[in-house]
Parts: sequence; structure tokens; C-alpha cells
Amino acid sequence: MSFAAIGAGLAVIGAGIGIGQVGGRAMEGIARQPEASGKIQTAMIIAAALVEGAALFGIVVSLIA
Amino acid sequence: MHKLLNFSALASLTVLLSTNAPLYAQGHEEHGHKGHEHIITVHEDVEVHGERFPETENEEGDYDPTPVIMHHIQDAHSFHIYGEGHEAVSVPLPVILWTEKGLVTFMSSEFHHDSHGHHVVEKKGMYFVNYHEDIFQLERPDETLTLDEEGHPTNTQPLDFSITKNVFTLFLACILLFLIFGTAARKYKNAGHKVPRGIASFVEPLVVYVRDDIAKANVGEKKHEKYMPYLLTLFFLIWVINLMGLIPFFPFSANLTGNIAFTMSLAVIAMFVVSFSGGKAYWKHIFFPKPWGVWPILMPIEFASNVIIKFFALMIRLFANITAGHIIVLSLISLVFIFQSVGMAAVAVPFALFISVLELLVAALQAYIFTLLVALFIGQAVADDHH
Repeated sequence: MSFAAIGAGLAVIGAGIGIGQVGGRAMEGIARQPEASGKIQTAMIIAAALVEGAALFGIVVSLIA
Repeated sequence: MHKLLNFSALASLTVLLSTNAPLYAQGHEEHGHKGHEHIITVHEDVEVHGERFPETENEEGDYDPTPVIMHHIQDAHSFHIYGEGHEAVSVPLPVILWTEKGLVTFMSSEFHHDSHGHHVVEKKGMYFVNYHEDIFQLERPDETLTLDEEGHPTNTQPLDFSITKNVFTLFLACILLFLIFGTAARKYKNAGHKVPRGIASFVEPLVVYVRDDIAKANVGEKKHEKYMPYLLTLFFLIWVINLMGLIPFFPFSANLTGNIAFTMSLAVIAMFVVSFSGGKAYWKHIFFPKPWGVWPILMPIEFASNVIIKFFALMIRLFANITAGHIIVLSLISLVFIFQSVGMAAVAVPFALFISVLELLVAALQAYIFTLLVALFIGQAVADDHH
């Protein structure tokens, strides 16, 4: 059980780095070009969902194990 | 306004729902049985367990929240209101089984709150027990379940078409959506050239949002109209079910979108929709990717990613997000019992409230992401060849 918890933690670190990058760069993009904020937001959410999906695979595995 | 909802997919969802494999195994405890049945069943023959239940304690005797949490995120054959074991107060739901002797139906109150495979229900000369909300069939009434090394019963399992908590929630969501969108559609019909009022003015911005920002933006200006009924159904069904899962009283926070069988049904339907809308260019791209030198490596990768992994990820994403939300709320509430103090509630309840409010956002966000990604995949499939 504790090993599964370590695995979940590692998966969350990965998701944190990934979503942090996505969100941060989207912020920069919006700051540079506020008129494109709608498009940037959509692309940001898609990318964040993909990053999160990969992390959730890890979480589910640690939930089952 | 075009046909808003296409519910034909839902029939197949319910069938898939009820064949739901046991994900979690727990320890079990001993019970004796006698009891009364009403519509709400209350059992007075309380077994003395001491203050806490052995199942919720670990080796050191501390409170272990895992079984309680797993029980709460699982599907159930009754609406559990409060109480543990035989003191429990719950609303029974119908159990519908397909056995070798045909259809067997009874109310789940006949199990007398037992989900540990002890209370045997006899119907048509067959004996049924409820083991962690899965119905198993016994040969003789005095037989006990045989468990394998991992704690899963090896007894025969009749096909279970019961109206469980999750199935009930799905039906309720369908009725709710029919009412909302039926009324809205009628308002549009009657309004003529005037601005529609009431519920129609509430759903219009949402429908227009799905059309403009999800369908048109990703499927494409020309082809999006055909997919609007499907995309709207997806968005509103997932959203409404997510929200209903957050209501702790009626319908008792059924974790339907946190059920992997349900999300799998959605993903399989999405897979069929995307695969069948794929044109010549799409399949050519999958089976004959260029350059030719790497074809043996690229073809399996393209095939797996476009036909399987995309939808597998959709399934896991919705399942894990909603399940995680439920687990976090339950874990925070469990803090009160772990620390054995009422004072802890002052910390746990505001945190649980905060997470619940966050979950309202997640409910809409996951519905949006699911619909958006399906629209994106459809868009990729229907796109014309640019090479």
C-alpha cells in the first residue's frame, strides 16, 4: 500500500510539472497577445487534459495495486 | 432547432453497466440474521460489534478509512442512508437476475443489508448471496462462498441486470434531460420569431457554446451539424451525471461517471463514431503512413493510437477524475474518525466543502474535455487529405 502511495505521488509530480508548464506558457502567451486568449485557453485545456490523462494512468495503477 | 438529443446510445450503456466486475476486495465479518422488511428497512437485532467495526480497523487497531471509501465509490443494490451493518437504514432497489432458470426478481431488502455473502435469498429453488454488491449463486443454502487467493469468489455469478444505484441515476439523468430539452424545444417551436423564455433561455447559451466552440471549432464548419446531437448528448449527459454524483442526499451521490464500465461504454461509442466517420484519407494515414521505410513500425503505432489508446485515455480520464474527487471528499471526512476528535471536523468540513465546490468546476470541465476531445478526434477523422 505504501509503495502504491509513492507511485501515486510520483505520478502527481509529473502531472504537476506538465500542467505547470502548460499553464505558465499559456499565461505568457495571453499576456503577449490578449486578443488570442480564447484560442490559447482551448489549446491549454486540451494539452492539460492530455498531461493529466497520462498521470491518471499512474494513479489508477496505484489504486488497483 | 435540430434534434437535440439522441438517446439510442443509452440503452447499450445500461446493459454494459450491469456487468460490472468487482474491482475491490475487502475483508469480511461474521453476522447472524433475522429482520423486518419495510420500504425502508430497519433492523433492530443489532449484533454487538463493540464500538467500531473490525473491517474498518487495521492491525494496530487504528481506524482504516479505505474500506468505507471504497464502499462509497462502488455501485450498490440499495440507497444507503445511514447506519452500519444491521442498524443501517436504506431504501431497497430491485434486483433483476438472469439465471439458467430464467428471470429472477426481488427487492434488495431481502438481503437484510448483508453484503458479505452470509444472508441467503432463495428464489425458484436457487440461492443467492450479495458479496460486496455482486450477486453470487450458491448450490445449497448452507454453503458459503469459496474465495480464491485474491479474495474473489469462485462461485457462479448470474447475469445481473439490477436497477442499482448507478443505473437508477442514469435513468434519472435521462428523464431530467428529456424534460429539460423537451420543454426547451417546445418553447422554441411556440415562440415563433420571438425570443424564447424560461428554460430555453437557460440552455440556449450552453447549446450555442457546444456548437460554436466545440463542434464548429474542431469538427469543422461544413461537417459539424451531423455530429451536434451526439456531442450535445455527451456534454449534457456527462455534466448532469457528474453534478448528480455530488448530491449527498437523493440520488445519494452515485458515482456513475466514476464507474469504469460506464466510461468504457462512452469511450466505445466514441470509438465507433470516430472510426465510422473516418474517410479515405484518415484510414490511409493509419494503414499506410509515410515514409515507407518505417512503415512496419509506424503502422502498428498509428493504428493503436488512433483506434484504441485515444479512447482508452478518454475512459480513464473521466473515471479517474470523478473517482478521485469522491475519494478526496471522503478522505477529508475520514480525518474526523482517524483523529478520533470532533474538533477535527472544524478543519475537515471546510476543506470538504472547498473540494466539493472545486468538484462543481471539475464536473463541468470533464464534460467539456470529453466532448471537446471527441469533437477533435471526429475532426481529425473527417479532415480532407492535405498531402
